[in-house]
Amino acid sequence: MDVIMKHKSENEEPILKIKDLKVYFDTDDGVVKSVDGVDLQIMKGKTLGLVGESGCGKSVSCLAIPGLVPSPPGRIAGGEIIYKGRNLLDLPEKEMEVIRGNDISMIFQEPMTSLNPLFTIGDQIKETIMLHQKKGKAEAHELTLQMLGKVGIPSPAVRINDYPHQMSGGMKQRVMIAMALSCTPEILIADEPTTALDVTIQAQILDLMQSLQDEFGMSILLVTHDLGVVANIATDVAIMYASRIVEYGKVEDIFGNPRHPYTLGLFTSIPVIGKRKENLYVIPGSVPNPLAFPAGCKFWPRCLFAQEICKVNEPLLEEVKEGHKAACHFKTSIDKYVWNEKTETSSFLI
Amino acid sequence: MINENNINELHHGLAVEVSRFSEGWRIFKKNKLALWGLIIFAVFFMVAVSGLFLTTGDNPVLDPSKVRLSEKLLKPFTTVDMEMIKPGDQPLFGTYLLGTDDLGRDIFARMMQGAWVSLTVGFVAVGISVLIGIIMGGIAGYYGMYRIKLIHVLFLIAFFCSMVFLASGQRGLAVNSALLSLLFAVISVIYNYFSLKVNRGPAILNILFFDTFTVDTLIMRFVDVMLCFPSFFLILTIVAILPASIYNIMIVIGLTSWMGTTRFVRAEFLSLREQDFVSAAKVMGIPDLSIIFRHMIPNAAAPVLVSAAIGVADAILTEAGLSFLGFGVPPPHATWGNVLSDGKRFLFDAPWLTYIPGLSILVVVLSFNLFGEGLRDALNPKLRKR
Repeated sequence: MDVIMKHKSENEEPILKIKDLKVYFDTDDGVVKSVDGVDLQIMKGKTLGLVGESGCGKSVSCLAIPGLVPSPPGRIAGGEIIYKGRNLLDLPEKEMEVIRGNDISMIFQEPMTSLNPLFTIGDQIKETIMLHQKKGKAEAHELTLQMLGKVGIPSPAVRINDYPHQMSGGMKQRVMIAMALSCTPEILIADEPTTALDVTIQAQILDLMQSLQDEFGMSILLVTHDLGVVANIATDVAIMYASRIVEYGKVEDIFGNPRHPYTLGLFTSIPVIGKRKENLYVIPGSVPNPLAFPAGCKFWPRCLFAQEICKVNEPLLEEVKEGHKAACHFKTSIDKYVWNEKTETSSFLI
Repeated sequence: MINENNINELHHGLAVEVSRFSEGWRIFKKNKLALWGLIIFAVFFMVAVSGLFLTTGDNPVLDPSKVRLSEKLLKPFTTVDMEMIKPGDQPLFGTYLLGTDDLGRDIFARMMQGAWVSLTVGFVAVGISVLIGIIMGGIAGYYGMYRIKLIHVLFLIAFFCSMVFLASGQRGLAVNSALLSLLFAVISVIYNYFSLKVNRGPAILNILFFDTFTVDTLIMRFVDVMLCFPSFFLILTIVAILPASIYNIMIVIGLTSWMGTTRFVRAEFLSLREQDFVSAAKVMGIPDLSIIFRHMIPNAAAPVLVSAAIGVADAILTEAGLSFLGFGVPPPHATWGNVLSDGKRFLFDAPWLTYIPGLSILVVVLSFNLFGEGLRDALNPKLRKR
């Protein structure tokens, strides 16, 4: 258990730096700028929660890290992804294949379809182990059993011969985690890992991820639209809106002192248990069409604080205080209480 | 949480390694029709192999081309009349098991000889067509979205021309267009090399690197073109040009029947490519070829297997049809098709000459189809139990 102690120590060194990443999709209707200048840092041994609405570009940012943006129609239009001093975007495919699975692993939203239905789960985990760790069949078998045990699958020696359809969704997600962690990656990208699961299983999977993080000391990039999940396991949070990061900071900062109206809107639209409300707040409007973003701040048509300047100038992501950045012209003046008043009386209420 | 000791205990106590084959066999056995299909197929295979050995050599046990004019058009199970023929000319067991044809040749011996041809034609032709189909369909489905550059189109055209010229015997033109295609290939390699070095190729050459159409368009439109030809007449034409031999027929049937498989495989790949387990495999760093062959093709196997089983039947029928028209395997070698075609003139006097090969083809084709369907079920993991 000394492993846990080692990684508990403070280590503020970023293991992965994303600088000004741009991912564009060339479609018949025009260029869709799915990710347009995203800066992120994943700290060693920490969890970064990436939060945003559907279609804001969070999944595409994730896919860009292991170089899996479907191309064509997608292309990396600019930026850098620095891992261990190397820019992953410049690496040839051969070297990326070594990094994938070995250093960077990923689990997906839909555990039902992320395992090959024709192979036993054991075979699929063994394949990865044998490929990356150059282990023999027997050794890979032992390792697989250990991994299955670690992710809490009962009687792994029996279940190793199961086909995916013989398992429940939660079990399959555990298998996916076992597969992703079988080569002890440095970074685990979890693209909405609990969205397809029911609440009790969600909690189990999150606990599992956290305990495995303590054990292996990996960093997690957790993509979700569930702020509860973020509050649960993330140490840093990035809020994404319309292809950009609008707010970034420590989880205490974001939850305690949100500095962007979009973040405020997200918090206000969460039902609070025990607090009776006539109507639940809804951020008005919907995510803008990525082919025709509004000029100026992309959030202004939906923002309760919008002023003339918002319609002209796009605010930059700037520091509010150390380690807490927000992209809003009024980031210092936004007040939670004014906001609450505005939302109570807002005519946008549905 | 389970510690290591427990794992080992469980491993030694309970681990049941059930091989994929024995599981598949268990399911296959349940399907009685498919089992019969397999049994008939096995019998057919043994008949074909023994036929191959019994009918070849200087003094074969069963002589399919021995002419006994006095014994023509005899009914099945007729015993031989020893006074009419020379000693040593009598068939096996002294009986014409399946009768004789208009030249007094033993139909049983001819059927035995023809079985091997039907078997090899069926399997080799389908093997060729499935192989081409999987490769073409796999490329179209997996790499279909990539655009082909103008220079690669030019290369393909030049290469194709050189092949055509070579086939039609115009050596000079063939060499010229081969050199042209080589030139295009060299330009392409140089350009790529420069693009890698300085991020931009020589400007003059840029026009040669315009994107044209996609890989998918190229392959699937070629499939459409191939399907436009009535394939039987295409085969007839090619067989008429090429020297008559079993191998040419197998290859030609194979080369003209891969389009269906290509379409199946492409369609399956298009849907499989979007599935999470393929992305998951990519994230795990599994190489493309391994993803295609280990993860995607087995998932696309069900429709391919069924079409292959039907394809075997089709190939046998095509060969029979070609032999029937006289374009098949050259006489005196017997095939089921030419036994059938020889018999058609005596349909009323000696109906067994057409019924025997006809029924044999029917039974074998049917058994292949049933076997194929059973195989498809056996490969479906959802039907397996623990």
